[in-house]
Amino acid sequence: MSLKHDIEFTLNGVKRRVSVDVTMNALAMLREVIGLTGTKYGCGEGECGACTIQVDGVSLNSCLMFAVDCDGRNVTTIEGLANDSKADALRESFVEHGAVQCGFCTPGMIMQADHMLHKHAHPDEACVKRGLEGNLCRCTGYKKIVDAVVACGAAEVTP
Amino acid sequence: MTELKHYFAPTSLDQAVECLKDGDVTILAGGTDLTPQSQAGRVKIKHTLMNIRHIPQLTGITLEGREIHIGALATITEIMEHPLVRQHLPVLVEACDHFASDQIRNAGTIGGNICNASPAGDTLIPLLVLDASVELASMPEAKLYRHTMPLSTFFVGPGKTRKSLCELVTGVRIPLPEQGHVARFFKLGTRPALDISTISIGVAGTLRDGVLSNARVAFGAVAPTPTRAAQTEQALEGQRLDAATIEKVAAIARDEVKPIDDVRATAWYRKEMIHNITKRILSHVAQA
Repeated sequence: MSLKHDIEFTLNGVKRRVSVDVTMNALAMLREVIGLTGTKYGCGEGECGACTIQVDGVSLNSCLMFAVDCDGRNVTTIEGLANDSKADALRESFVEHGAVQCGFCTPGMIMQADHMLHKHAHPDEACVKRGLEGNLCRCTGYKKIVDAVVACGAAEVTP
Repeated sequence: MTELKHYFAPTSLDQAVECLKDGDVTILAGGTDLTPQSQAGRVKIKHTLMNIRHIPQLTGITLEGREIHIGALATITEIMEHPLVRQHLPVLVEACDHFASDQIRNAGTIGGNICNASPAGDTLIPLLVLDASVELASMPEAKLYRHTMPLSTFFVGPGKTRKSLCELVTGVRIPLPEQGHVARFFKLGTRPALDISTISIGVAGTLRDGVLSNARVAFGAVAPTPTRAAQTEQALEGQRLDAATIEKVAAIARDEVKPIDDVRATAWYRKEMIHNITKRILSHVAQA
């Protein structure tokens, strides 16, 4: 029998208690235990970025994280960005630029771009390419994705 | 080997080393390597999985006397962005900048990169030429015991180090570079992001009036461990870095390394690249 452990953490602003397999990764917990399937499984090895989430304010690959390691931390998934005005602007920019083809990489791209825009409010093209280098788009629609993120940063008014 | 029976997340160093006493423990920090390796069945988790994330003594980057201390839990991003590191150890910043992707830099720790002991570990080459020491903690009796070991003697093979099963890497200590210090790092791979280096090179020393002293050279991905290059260092020591010297040293470097053929490159290619890039790096050092 696999070893279970109870953890408590904040998920998209809400406190959650779950019992998880100790060997399970955070991606499997999100998708299979909690039922949030916006975060995608692509490669399982940190190469593709489809499973990107934010933990304690930084982006990381949920496939490279033990679910038990979420204990006590603040986790945001793509579903958690639904009511975020900054992320809304990013989503609108993706739509406007046609930066979505099959859509499978999109949640990871948005999560990573959102993290990057928090660090660099007005990134140029080189900065965006650098920031998204851990995210693969197998439709190869990179140009429009990069354009969408640059445009979103450019439109952002610094308060 | 026993099966996983226990998950433990200590909140103090004492608790952690106490737990390590029986030696049947898998240590979890950033998880960027342990997670996929254990999911794929390449690494078997031992009796206890110990998550060291909540141990405050393992965090932070500080100046202690004439040394910079980097806690084992410092992430690659934290190191890369820290003012102390940026000011005194730009060669480490450069290596961190070539490390995997943003997501992995945000999670992966320096302690993990050291303990993984990959011959191609990105931070290991700059740490070697910066003369870093690894700081270890254990509890042989009832008391916490700490000691340090030069990083150059720490690695014994791919994934193998001189750390015993009862020891925990708590951090790394790097002497503050002296006046005239120069250091360069170069990683050769097929793409900038997420690539495991084909070879990597680090060079450091003190440059005064065009003469390099205290020369240190380290190579990655050309031996079972990241390694200092004694013959190359000897050939460099006390030399003026003119074109003839650089050519001579680069040839010695090529002869000194004993790489293997693997999926990333042939041994022949690696030797040629060691020659060419040593030459390039030394020309950069000469212009520093």
